[in-house]
Amino acid sequence: MVKRLAAVIALGLLALIILPLITDIGPLDELGIAANKYVDMAVKELGVQNVVTAVLVTYRGLDTIGEVAVLFIATTGIGFVLRKKNSRGWKPRKREQSEILHVSGRFLLPIIVIFSIYVFTHGHLSPGGGFQGGVILASSILLLFLSNSLFEVNHDIMRALETIPGFVYVLMGFLGMVLSAGFLDSRLLPLGKTGMLFSAGTIPIIYSLIGLKVGAELSAILDSLGGES
Amino acid sequence: MTIAIIIGFVLFFFGLFAVLTRKNLIKMIIGFSIMNNGVHLIMVAIGYIEGNTAPILDKHHIRREAVQMVVDPIPSALVLTAIVIGLAVTSLMLAYAVMLYRKRKSLSIDDYEDLKC
Repeated sequence: MVKRLAAVIALGLLALIILPLITDIGPLDELGIAANKYVDMAVKELGVQNVVTAVLVTYRGLDTIGEVAVLFIATTGIGFVLRKKNSRGWKPRKREQSEILHVSGRFLLPIIVIFSIYVFTHGHLSPGGGFQGGVILASSILLLFLSNSLFEVNHDIMRALETIPGFVYVLMGFLGMVLSAGFLDSRLLPLGKTGMLFSAGTIPIIYSLIGLKVGAELSAILDSLGGES
Repeated sequence: MTIAIIIGFVLFFFGLFAVLTRKNLIKMIIGFSIMNNGVHLIMVAIGYIEGNTAPILDKHHIRREAVQMVVDPIPSALVLTAIVIGLAVTSLMLAYAVMLYRKRKSLSIDDYEDLKC
C-alpha cells in the first residue's frame, strides 16, 4: 500500500513537470516550414499523392532504413533468446485443428495475401504502404499457424525473403546517389503520370521490398514465439 | 489542448503506473505498451489542424491550394516509425519474459531480486 502511494505521488510530481509542456501546445493553424515544402513538392517533384509516403520513403528515407534495421535486430534478438533446443526431431505437441478452421483458413489465405500485396503496392496513392502491407502478410502466416497443425516455416525461403529485399533496398539507395540527386532518390525511374500504379519512380518498388521484408521478419517472430511447447 | 492530447497524457500515466506497481512481468509489458500508445496519440494530435483532411492529394487538392487543406504529414510519418519500433521492443520484451519463465517457472518480479544490489 505504501509502495502504491509512493508511486502515485511520484507520478503526480512527474505530471506537474510534464503538464506545462502539453498545455503550451496551442492548436496548429498552418503547416510548418518543412511540412509546407513537403506538401508542396510531393506531387511536383516526386509525383507522389500520399505525402506521408513521400516523407517516409524519399525525404527521410535514411530513417526508414534505420527502422527496418531495428526491426531486423529485434527479430534476430528474439530468435537468439527463444532458440529451440534440440530442434531435430523435437516437435511441440499441438492439438489437431478443427475442420471449420482448416477449411476457412484455406479459403481466406489467398484473399489476405492479395490484400497485403494491394496495400503495399498502392502505398504512393492511398493510405497504406510497406509496413502495413507487411503486417497483413504476417497475419496470413499467423492464420496458417493457427489453422494447420502440420505447418512449418521453410527457413531457406524465409532467409531469402529477409536478406534479398534488404540488400536491394540499400543498393537502390546507393544507385540514387550515383545516378540521381542523392541517397534513396526515387527519381531513378521515370516519374510517369501521377495517380497511376506505375508512377512515382522507385517508390512502389521500395515499398514492395519493405513489405516483403517486414512480412518475413514478423513471420520469423511468430515462428520463434509459436514454437514453444 | 484538445481531448486527444488529454487522453494521450492520461494513457501515458496509466501505463507508467502499471509499470511501477504491478508485480507480474506480462502486466508490466502491457503497461509499457499502453504508455507507448499514449505517446503516439499525443504526437498525432499535435499535427492535427482543425477542419483539414488527410495529407493524400488528389486532383481536387492539386487544383486548389493543397497546403491550406491538409494536416501536418510529419507527425504521421514519425508515428508510423514509432509504431514499428514499439512493436519490435514489445516483442523483444515478451521474448525475455518467456526466457525468464523458462529459467525459474515464475513471472513475478519478487522472484528475480538478485538483480537488486
